[in-house]
Amino acid sequence: MSNEKPGTDVSATSEGNLLPERFDDPGLPEHKARLPDTDPKAAKRAELQVAILFGISIVGTILAVVAYAVIRPGETVESIRTSTLVLGVGLAMAMGGIGLAAVHWAKTLMNDHEKVEYRHPQASNAEERAGALAALKDGADDSGIGRRGLLKGAVMSALALAPLGFAVPLIGGVGGDWNVSKFRHTLWAKGTRLTHDPSGRLLKAADVTIGSAVHVIPEGLKEHEEWIEEKAKAVVLVVRLDPRDLVEAEDRKDWSYEGIVAYSKICTHVGCPVALYEQQTHHLLCPCHQSTFDMADGANVVFGPAKRPLPQLPITVDDEGYLVAQSDFLEPVGPSYWERLK
Amino acid sequence: MKALTARRHHRFAPVVLLTLALALTGAVYAAFTPTRATAAAAPTETDLEMGQALFRANCATCHGTGAAGREGVAPSLVGVGAAAVDFQVSTGRMPMMANTVQAPAKPPVFTEEQTQQLAGYVASLGAGPAIPSADAVDAAQGSSANGMALFRTNCAMCHGAVGQGGALSGGKYAPNLLGVDGTTIYEAMISGPQSMPVFNDATVTPEEKRDIIAYLDAQEEGSPGGATLGSIGPVAEGLWAWVVGIGLLIVAAVWIGAKSS
Repeated sequence: MSNEKPGTDVSATSEGNLLPERFDDPGLPEHKARLPDTDPKAAKRAELQVAILFGISIVGTILAVVAYAVIRPGETVESIRTSTLVLGVGLAMAMGGIGLAAVHWAKTLMNDHEKVEYRHPQASNAEERAGALAALKDGADDSGIGRRGLLKGAVMSALALAPLGFAVPLIGGVGGDWNVSKFRHTLWAKGTRLTHDPSGRLLKAADVTIGSAVHVIPEGLKEHEEWIEEKAKAVVLVVRLDPRDLVEAEDRKDWSYEGIVAYSKICTHVGCPVALYEQQTHHLLCPCHQSTFDMADGANVVFGPAKRPLPQLPITVDDEGYLVAQSDFLEPVGPSYWERLK
Repeated sequence: MKALTARRHHRFAPVVLLTLALALTGAVYAAFTPTRATAAAAPTETDLEMGQALFRANCATCHGTGAAGREGVAPSLVGVGAAAVDFQVSTGRMPMMANTVQAPAKPPVFTEEQTQQLAGYVASLGAGPAIPSADAVDAAQGSSANGMALFRTNCAMCHGAVGQGGALSGGKYAPNLLGVDGTTIYEAMISGPQSMPVFNDATVTPEEKRDIIAYLDAQEEGSPGGATLGSIGPVAEGLWAWVVGIGLLIVAAVWIGAKSS
């Protein structure tokens, strides 16, 4: 079939086909001499260029050594920057000069005649291969693994179990701590007072004016043994909104105090600290993936990849006017994980 | 001139021109960056009258003749205090050129004296935060280490780790704080302009505000490591490493492998 189609099969032999049966190795292209090979002036010029590159390297080394001795990093940022810069420039010249000179030397002045090195066969010769196989077979026959069933079972078991000594500690250490129920609870509890982050000053309701944003940690956080871990779960943003702007769910009416609301600062997407608060729009932005939460409307997601609103911390005031938590968060803070709602 | 004309097609001509243009831009920018000192004396009767006249002529179109604001156009200025006026007017943010999402800083329209008169007039309408004293914004008296902790908690999410600014939603942005004087920073914290939340004296105490100013002042010296690439973090650094760094390696590899002529 295909032979009848014109021009599809090069092996088809017909009168007009001039293609050979087999292509010959065309060999290397003709060697072209470079300018420095033929022109002594060009060779001299290339030599000078290489010498200049080595000269740059020498100057760079001297510069680096002198800079080390003369320009010391002192008290000011400026002096540290200058010292680093001059040392860096000197070393770059020193190393780069040698490298460039070597490559330029090889490319312009050293012999550039093409050479062919044929690949030698990788396999050993037939005799050696037969010898190796025979040695293996002798060994297997000698061990009697075919007839000694007990030893066969023993060696297989030992080899199969041996990797466990490494694998179990390695896999066991993945993720460090598998106790996911820790995500469910934070340091907040009934009556825990709200304090400023990082000073730990107590927070009065009267101090939170409309338009303020206060970054809050639970009282006594710093005394906790693992306070950094606890802080990562417990951080809260407190803002005061005009109560007329505030939209609250029926069952959360008593979670705020005179327009003061408190929400977890841990994004429900992948757990970045959400803290870019735009006081005019009441929007809270996450810097990582631009999830945007509306603080006036239950921290619902108005934009971005987050799927759930930020958990709200129910707050009230105590007898002295300090803001206190009514309880812990009623749902786990941060991103979703399996068993989150169990 | 003839020598210049002859060399305009030289292959380094664009590089030289670009360098000159950059240097010129930098020099012009440095010459026009405003530097100011604050002197907050109690306003006299004439100052108040002058301030009222200035307000009626320049601000009342949007804010109303009594500074009570107009629904949907401009907020009431009763009770915003002298600090808010000084911040907005001395940085050129007010009067606004156009009603856009954010008033950008620009060369101020009023002189320092006129700004003080306006601030005095608005402050006389209702009590509000005053312009801070020179002592309150003196970076030398603040602790930049404590300032860093406060800045990280309260400011860095929008203004970036060293105060170089950053983007917000819908075209709004947090401006660069480098080169901004302490008084302006103090006034921004206490008045909460535009998208920025208010950091009143209970949230960030006056001493803590001075610490933050000290921290920002310390950033003026720049980075000890050389080029900051805008201090915007791994994106710029990664771009530099991948495009410029790897690009140079590819160029070197091609050069080493090429046959010379």
